[in-house]
Amino acid sequence: MKGNRKGPLEKFVPWFIPFFIIAAWQLLSWSGAIPERILPAPSQIIQAGIDLTITGELSEHMGISLWRALVGFLIGGIAGFVFGLLNGVFRFADLFFDTSIQMLRNIPHLALIPLVIMWFGIGETSKVFLVALGVLFPVYINTYHGIKSIDKKLIEMGKAYGLNGKELFFQIILPGAMSSILVGIRFSLGVMWLTLIVAETISAQSGIGYMAMNAREFMQMDVIVLSIIIYALFGKISDMIAKYFEGKLLKWNN
Amino acid sequence: MNSHDLQGVDVTIHQVKKKYDDREVLEGLDLQIREGEFVAIVGKSGCGKSTLLRLVAGLEDINGGSINLDGTPLEGLNKQARMMFQDGRLLPWKRVMDNVCLGLPSDEKDRAMQAITQVGLKERIHDYPSKLSGGQKQRVALARALVHDPSLLLLDEPLGALDALTRLEMQRLIESLWLERKFTSILVTHDVEEAVAISDRVILIENGKIALNQPIHLPRPRQRTNPAFSMYVEEILARIMNRKSKKNYSMLVNTETESLFNPINN
Ligand SMILES: Nc1ncnc2c1ncn2[C@@H]1O[C@H](COP(=O)(O)OP(=O)(O)OP(=O)(O)O)[C@@H](O)[C@H]1O
Ligand SMILES: [Mg+2]
Repeated sequence: MKGNRKGPLEKFVPWFIPFFIIAAWQLLSWSGAIPERILPAPSQIIQAGIDLTITGELSEHMGISLWRALVGFLIGGIAGFVFGLLNGVFRFADLFFDTSIQMLRNIPHLALIPLVIMWFGIGETSKVFLVALGVLFPVYINTYHGIKSIDKKLIEMGKAYGLNGKELFFQIILPGAMSSILVGIRFSLGVMWLTLIVAETISAQSGIGYMAMNAREFMQMDVIVLSIIIYALFGKISDMIAKYFEGKLLKWNN
Repeated sequence: MNSHDLQGVDVTIHQVKKKYDDREVLEGLDLQIREGEFVAIVGKSGCGKSTLLRLVAGLEDINGGSINLDGTPLEGLNKQARMMFQDGRLLPWKRVMDNVCLGLPSDEKDRAMQAITQVGLKERIHDYPSKLSGGQKQRVALARALVHDPSLLLLDEPLGALDALTRLEMQRLIESLWLERKFTSILVTHDVEEAVAISDRVILIENGKIALNQPIHLPRPRQRTNPAFSMYVEEILARIMNRKSKKNYSMLVNTETESLFNPINN
């Protein structure tokens, strides 16, 4: 891996293409080459963002979307992690649960939307439930796999050095499975946003997805594009956070 | 050193049997090791050398016979023993210091520091294993084993992956630490020269039993240029390859199994 210090050029080069595209987009919109009802200009989108911020709508929708994402992620992530650990470490739990979990995993969770609406209505529960379900499996699979693929020789060594069960777990098993667990978490963050977008677009009274669908009824192109950009930013930021922790936790690996 | 009891332990292996599935690896093996003795074990690949070490470490159960430590039968993990493995088995996510502290009570950090200093890696305590050379990794593994003041050090081809110069250096280091602390040592090696250079006695395992039990009567520090040194090496090699040595060295007692329990004077 590269060192922390990047030259000024290395810092800016990745942003050349996005900057160029936005500039071109703005110019083409001004010149009328891109009609406003197809795609509004960047300046209009920014204006829409400012307007919605002033009315307080934007922060309200963003807040509720973030809350759903976070709560669903925590519930699904913790459940997946715990089952992954249990089944990875204990043979009996593995025999008892794994086959069932593998079967459930093959149901596309978004196919459950009609069922979930019947069960929970269009309130918060249905969205949180879907996100949790989507997040659970990637975290489960990668935690389980990470533990199963730990070098048995390291565990033998730990035993020979007198580590007890708890020490073996925290000093060898968990750190040994960590890189795989983090892969699962990063992947599940993508699933989390995707699930939320679909759920909010189809059935919601609030949130960014609702804001976009609502704007469609009033032909507010700028708000629709703004919603899409906010989703993209959410995705990027959550990935950056995950990457940051990855760097911290896997420092030994580079 | 500190007030710990640095004596070695007496290991008596009697008629030990070990089989995996239906394949017998050890078929009634007898070996007596005095406290503080340095024994080297050689033998063809797959003859059961690592298996024997793992049994003595208490990592696996025996299928017959007994292992006694100072007269007490070994049950479960051998707490007096520490093992050093061919592949080091350092934890890649722990720095040198934390690797050496593995299994050590948290108030004994200064002993870890002492052990690291002894193997000459004081400057590297904050490095991860991936930043170390092969020889340095094995030094850390050695420090990790010695920090517990084991009365029995089990070495499973610890130098097998090192280059010739680093091997020599590590052999000297192990020998000097052993001379200083007088723990009992069992070294598995595929290098007969290494066995002769470092041990009091070379054991050959063949067909699940001990086929040769050869005391090395050479003064320490041992000189590889000494003609007697090469005689030992050649004789043992000849025995491993199952051929008669061309010359007959009268100085080498033929010690097949009958000399097993004879005291060795050197
Ligand atoms: N856990 C195990 N399960 C089944 N068979 C095993 C196991 N461990 C060792 N063996 C078998 O026991 C025999 C002896 O193995 P061992 O590792 O002791 O050999 P070794 O003398 O150390 O060989 P090398 O010099 O190659 O390390 C081999 O035939 C090996 O296949
Ligand atoms: Mg071996």
